[in-house]
Amino acid sequence: MTLYFKYMLLLFKAQMQYRASFLLLVVGQCLTPFTVFAGLYFMFERFGDMKGWSFYEVMLCFAITHMAFSITECFARGFDMFSSLVVSGDFDRLLVRPRGTILQVLSSKFEFSRVGRLLLGIGVLIWAITNLDMEWTLLKITALVLSQASGVIIFASIFILCASFSFWTVQGLEIANILTDGGREMAQYPLSIYHRRIQQFFTFVIPFGCANYLPLQYILGREENPLYAFLPLAGLLFLAPCLLIWQIGVRRYRSTGS
Amino acid sequence: MIKPYYAVLRLRLSNGLQYRAAAYAGIGTQFFFGFIFIMVFVAFYAQTRAAAPQMSLSEVVAYCWLKQAFLAFIVLWLRDNELFQLITSGNIAYELCRPSGIYGLWYAKLLAQRLSSALLRCLPILLVSLVLPQPYRLELPPDFAAFFLFVCSLIIGLFLIVAISMLIYISVFITMSPAGSLLMFSVFGEFFAGMIIPVPLMPDWMQRIVYALPFHWTVDFPFRVYTGNIPKLDAATGLLFQLLWLAALIFIGKIAMNKALRRVVVQGG
Repeated sequence: MTLYFKYMLLLFKAQMQYRASFLLLVVGQCLTPFTVFAGLYFMFERFGDMKGWSFYEVMLCFAITHMAFSITECFARGFDMFSSLVVSGDFDRLLVRPRGTILQVLSSKFEFSRVGRLLLGIGVLIWAITNLDMEWTLLKITALVLSQASGVIIFASIFILCASFSFWTVQGLEIANILTDGGREMAQYPLSIYHRRIQQFFTFVIPFGCANYLPLQYILGREENPLYAFLPLAGLLFLAPCLLIWQIGVRRYRSTGS
Repeated sequence: MIKPYYAVLRLRLSNGLQYRAAAYAGIGTQFFFGFIFIMVFVAFYAQTRAAAPQMSLSEVVAYCWLKQAFLAFIVLWLRDNELFQLITSGNIAYELCRPSGIYGLWYAKLLAQRLSSALLRCLPILLVSLVLPQPYRLELPPDFAAFFLFVCSLIIGLFLIVAISMLIYISVFITMSPAGSLLMFSVFGEFFAGMIIPVPLMPDWMQRIVYALPFHWTVDFPFRVYTGNIPKLDAATGLLFQLLWLAALIFIGKIAMNKALRRVVVQGG
């Protein structure tokens, strides 16, 4: 773990060498979700409500998802770029080192400019919380923190899963975007607005629903059962099969020889 | 005169059509995103007490599917790293030795890229979305005239988007890094084009800004012509505006390109 932080510090220093370009990237990272958010705002201005969800309630959902996604992109970007490691054969080098492959790939790249997206998420979160008329209990705050952590774990698991595909296909697959970008796009709105099949898929197969929709029900006082506050822990379960697939992939890995 | 440009276009087109597997994988992704977008809009339209929007749900659904089908025609973030490398590495010197104009050659190359990518993807998406159950089905245009106007406006829109993206490449001559200008153009351009939400659903003050810019002629205009949201007479005059914008953008692009090329200092090595 100390090794992980050493890697992180090193890459952070390296990126800070180009300070102006770094700041520009931070601002730029903030812009893409900003236009999506502006679109959302305009839609609510026109329609007022979304299947019984008010603007600030949807904003809370939006903020949690985007914050989780940006944190994951910041720290697990190494997996996103993994297919290039396999293609270039650089993965061979990682295999001969006396450390776990997960740790090494995880720390091969940190994208600190994603802080821009995170800042936007935090801003939206604060705006939503100050405008939502509700009481914050300790349990609700726990639910919010757990929901955030669970989101990060799920996105990270998906990154690992998608990276594992490149053991079999060498190239990354565009279809993996459904899980990363598509998952983010989907999870920024409350799950209840979607078709029942999609709801089931994203609750039981990829537990995004457990990470934000269900705990939100409790936070917003729509659901009294305090068990809902701890549902984000189910997101942890998703990590296990992804790690398993990764291990299988590493074992059957053959170098491309380049 | 036009021959070398045509040759580049044909070569790049057949080159681009090689990547079938990638296209088929992309189609699955596009369907998924299409469904998600439509479900979000359906959820908003489920709100009955809202003021009547200037666009019906079936028009929005058509807008979404056309967007997914012709994504390669309309997105600004499509990038050709080869051209960026030519500029930043100095290999542009070779391009300058060629007897034909560099603007035309690059234009043809970018055009072919978008054409080949869209040709592989649009048909399956259109065919499937035409037979989906309601409310996800893509409705046919109201009559043949609307369809004809749609095809014309889509093609001019394609030429327009290539002219706009040429400006991105030219800006790299000055900034030497594609990240910044690409990001600015694509983020704001796509918003103003109506890629995030259709223009009629934006507030009025925003619509006024949008109609003053060229971006909405590339996405918003052709798609609304398809659904009949824009009446035929307006559509016909719109075609003229599209052509005017196209002429202006190519003119600006050529001047900017000449200026940038004159500043280029090619280092030896």
